[in-house]
Amino acid sequence: MSSETFRVAIVGSGPGGLSAAAHAAKLGVSHVLLERADHLSDTIYKYQRGKFVMSTPDILPLRSDVTFGAGKREGILANWDSQIEELKTNVRFNAEVVAIEKSQAIFKLRLADGSVVEAENVVLAIGLQGNLNKLSCPGSDLPIVQYQLDDPEQYEAETIVVIGAGDAGVENAVALAKQNSVIIINRESEFARVKQGNLTLILNAIEKADIQCYYNAEPVRVEAKAIILTTAEGEARVPCDRIIARIGAAAPRKFVESCGIIFPNAERTSLPEVSSTYESNVPGLYIIGALGGYPLIKQAMNQGFEVIEYILGNKLEPADEPLLQKKFAGLGGADVDAIITEVRTAIPVFGNLNPLLLRETLLESDVHVIKKDGVVFKRNDYTSSFFTIMRGRVDIQFNALDPTQVITLPTGSFFGEMGLISGRRRSATALAATDCVLLETPRRTMLKLIKSVDSVRRTLDQTAIMRQVQTHLAPGVSVADLQALVNTAELKRFKPGDVIFNQGDKGEDMHLIRAGSCTVSMRVGGRDIVLSYVPSGNYVGEMALLSDAPRSATVKAAHATETIQIQGDAFRALLNSQPSLKEKVETKFRQRIMQNEQMQRRPEAGGIIQFLIEQGVGEGTDVLLIDESLCVHCDNCEKACAETHEGISRLNREAGPSFARIHVPTSCRHCEHPHCMADCPPNAIHRAPDGEVFIDDSCIGCGNCERNCPYGVIQMASPPDAKFNLFSWLLFGKGPGPGDEMAFDEANYANQPHGEKQKRAVKCDMCKDIAGGAACVRACPTGAAMRVSPEEFMSVALLGQ
Amino acid sequence: MRQSILVHRNHFFLKIALLVSILAIVAYVWHQPFERPNGGTWLGYTLGVAAGGIMIWLSWFGVRKRQYGIGILNLEDWLSGHVYLGLTLAVVATLHAGFQFGTNIHTALYILMMIVIISGLLGLYFYIRFPLLLTENRRGMTTEIMVQQIADLDRELRQLAMNLDDATNAVVLKATQETIVGGSVVQQLRGYDSSCATAMARLFVERSESNGEDARRRQLLTRMVRKEELLKRMRRDVQLRCLLKFWLVFHVPFSIASLVALLVHVVTVFYYW
Repeated sequence: MSSETFRVAIVGSGPGGLSAAAHAAKLGVSHVLLERADHLSDTIYKYQRGKFVMSTPDILPLRSDVTFGAGKREGILANWDSQIEELKTNVRFNAEVVAIEKSQAIFKLRLADGSVVEAENVVLAIGLQGNLNKLSCPGSDLPIVQYQLDDPEQYEAETIVVIGAGDAGVENAVALAKQNSVIIINRESEFARVKQGNLTLILNAIEKADIQCYYNAEPVRVEAKAIILTTAEGEARVPCDRIIARIGAAAPRKFVESCGIIFPNAERTSLPEVSSTYESNVPGLYIIGALGGYPLIKQAMNQGFEVIEYILGNKLEPADEPLLQKKFAGLGGADVDAIITEVRTAIPVFGNLNPLLLRETLLESDVHVIKKDGVVFKRNDYTSSFFTIMRGRVDIQFNALDPTQVITLPTGSFFGEMGLISGRRRSATALAATDCVLLETPRRTMLKLIKSVDSVRRTLDQTAIMRQVQTHLAPGVSVADLQALVNTAELKRFKPGDVIFNQGDKGEDMHLIRAGSCTVSMRVGGRDIVLSYVPSGNYVGEMALLSDAPRSATVKAAHATETIQIQGDAFRALLNSQPSLKEKVETKFRQRIMQNEQMQRRPEAGGIIQFLIEQGVGEGTDVLLIDESLCVHCDNCEKACAETHEGISRLNREAGPSFARIHVPTSCRHCEHPHCMADCPPNAIHRAPDGEVFIDDSCIGCGNCERNCPYGVIQMASPPDAKFNLFSWLLFGKGPGPGDEMAFDEANYANQPHGEKQKRAVKCDMCKDIAGGAACVRACPTGAAMRVSPEEFMSVALLGQ
Repeated sequence: MRQSILVHRNHFFLKIALLVSILAIVAYVWHQPFERPNGGTWLGYTLGVAAGGIMIWLSWFGVRKRQYGIGILNLEDWLSGHVYLGLTLAVVATLHAGFQFGTNIHTALYILMMIVIISGLLGLYFYIRFPLLLTENRRGMTTEIMVQQIADLDRELRQLAMNLDDATNAVVLKATQETIVGGSVVQQLRGYDSSCATAMARLFVERSESNGEDARRRQLLTRMVRKEELLKRMRRDVQLRCLLKFWLVFHVPFSIASLVALLVHVVTVFYYW
């Protein structure tokens, strides 16, 4: 029995726990660090050997007595081991806590070996990984099943089944596939949950048959040397030598609840709530790290440091306090807590965020103090951030033709949310109606919030639907009149090529396209003829509703598309109550019938639309096309590109398909939702205010964007050597001409510095830094090269010419 | 779709060219010098300065074309202006000369200049006509695809020929190894190859007697005909692309020669004044 009562007992020696223990040791506070395993930080210890550990969020300063930076697993662990020892931290290994009881302000921690540790305070830093989800089917306790992969190189020439389609499963499968035959089991029909980089890896591996994948499959039973699955085709027996199940982790709820801690809801992923000093509903019992909702190493380490200070009764500014202070400097020196409280109360969409998440969101946001009539953003700007109004009011000019028509948004509301959904230009101008204070939150941050906080997503979705209906379908109709329609409306997502509805189908629902675009086609004489291309901001499906007939055409998603599905009845009711709207919709209806007639007589125009959609032009915002009836194949476009961009051309004129005199060269289309941006570790790919997607100097040359681009327009290249100037070449024939690379100079080779030059991703930046526009188009002597936006180019009027 | 350089900017440069030409002609008709019209009158000097200016501006195109990402005008504007002002030059220079020609450096300049203008007209014709011919000839295929298809056909041909008699096999093998597309400038410009190894092989197979190998022979022939069709298209492609560049062989050297002649012309005129 322990005779000593510690001031603080820390359970779990992960990043949070060891940082707490280190700080306690440094301050001389009596403490004990209890670790179930025989080494520190079991979760990271069990990472794949050689795994590179990141230190996000970069903006957050580390506050701990133990150091940490991004690096290899081994280095990080060795560093912690030595520092924990140096600080003379009181660690007890092989000390699994099985119960925590509290009597008269003293906690009794019962260990697995029967001994008891007493402490005034307890810090629970057990994370989630200690409680991995296990297979629930019979035979899951057989020795061929494991839940961890330490070193993938340890296995050779085995048949290994990996269960789980998350990042851990995919990483394991890909690493094992190097010297084993790997089968991955995915419960769903796609890999929806993994990081973009992992997605590319696994899909490539499956395509190359390096890894075999069972989709929509679930394990039923494990045998000594096989696993039985249910698949779409029935049961399948997969013989294997080893099964690695990576099916996530959850809070060890039973244990945590037995300590008296309350969970906010019954969901499996739910986590206990903590105060701003990390104290749970049990006084003296603190929770830090992943169990408290903070899965990142740096966050957990900071919390470990802070929790010790809080236990000692010290007030402590959070680590991000100076950063936030700086951020709020423009607000007249009010204190950070007061401002955070103001944000929480004034802005409903952030109201439900826990204090730490809110701080983090604010840290990544910008505070703008704008005088009356100041412009927040203009129509057609290419920004995608999200604005919330903290103080004052904002006017939205939604009508391009009449700037006097405004909607005034009060304090607490948000705008710019369309930027989160579609990557197109701003559809309205926002002006400060009074002096106001705005928070501008970047798109990435908001998307993360939407994904992780349900209340944010719900609020945004509903408001967004209402606004989009108001903007694109029923301008001038009040919110009250639209409420019934919006309440029954639903968001629908479509993959490229998915049918939204088929010709001849019964159905009256309308679809307002809020992101992406569609094609409308009709079957005439046994052939599908594309009638039109419908970009976001338009609706389809009103014809069946108005004419009381089956669908007259097929509508397909041209690429990833989101629509608002509006119930036919609700829309009909709205039309009946709004005569002017009815008039407008019917005019459009007549125009569509006429247009469809015209297009049926000119199938070649439909053919062009179809061709361009197949080339993925529909998801671009600015596409380079070449009119083959004018192109003299001089390649001056390529030379211009190379000469204005460090000698490397970002376009390949001849490559790429052609149809009916239109040639789509291999060149960036500046997609609405750029695939390249999806997984850029240094976040080096941006969208400029005019829509150019470009890569900045922080590129580390990892090649993710090159792999992610479906159009092959990104290349990895190192800048070539400098060349002689134009006149030396023109008059004296020195060096290579425009667009050509400097030849290898053997005589001079010995004098040059050796070693491989750093390769970087290069792509078209639409000549954003060059006055006058795209060099390729300006250098085309015959005017064959053109840059177009797909909505414009695929409009029927233009194709008619 | 886009418009050609001739109609570019609603014939802006055509209008300028016409204006300059008409002004020059009207002035020439109106002007009655003591002697017959020549480059030495005040109008002659004016036209001469204009013609010289235009020549230098036209030559600058060679530099401007290689300067990228600068200037207010696009290269298309420059080319449109280059074409129309080049034609104006013929008018202005002829009037400057007052239709007097002889065996001297001045007429030499005139002839050099006219060679440049005529070769330019030829180039213009190519630029207007060939893009469509190229597109139609390619039928949506790139060079790479055509080469790939020919390589595939060659592989099949070799396989089929392996089971035939030695003579046929040798001819087919030769066809897969020695068929040439392009080559010297003359070969490129000709657009066909009278000694094409594939055509020879086809003729050989057609004429040789069948020894009960009809099916295989037919397969061989269909593939060879397909390959010949592809070769024809590729050779036509090479020919057109070669022509698109070939006229410059006259246009550029003669324009440099005329610049030199212009310098000599100006110096001698002032020297003998």
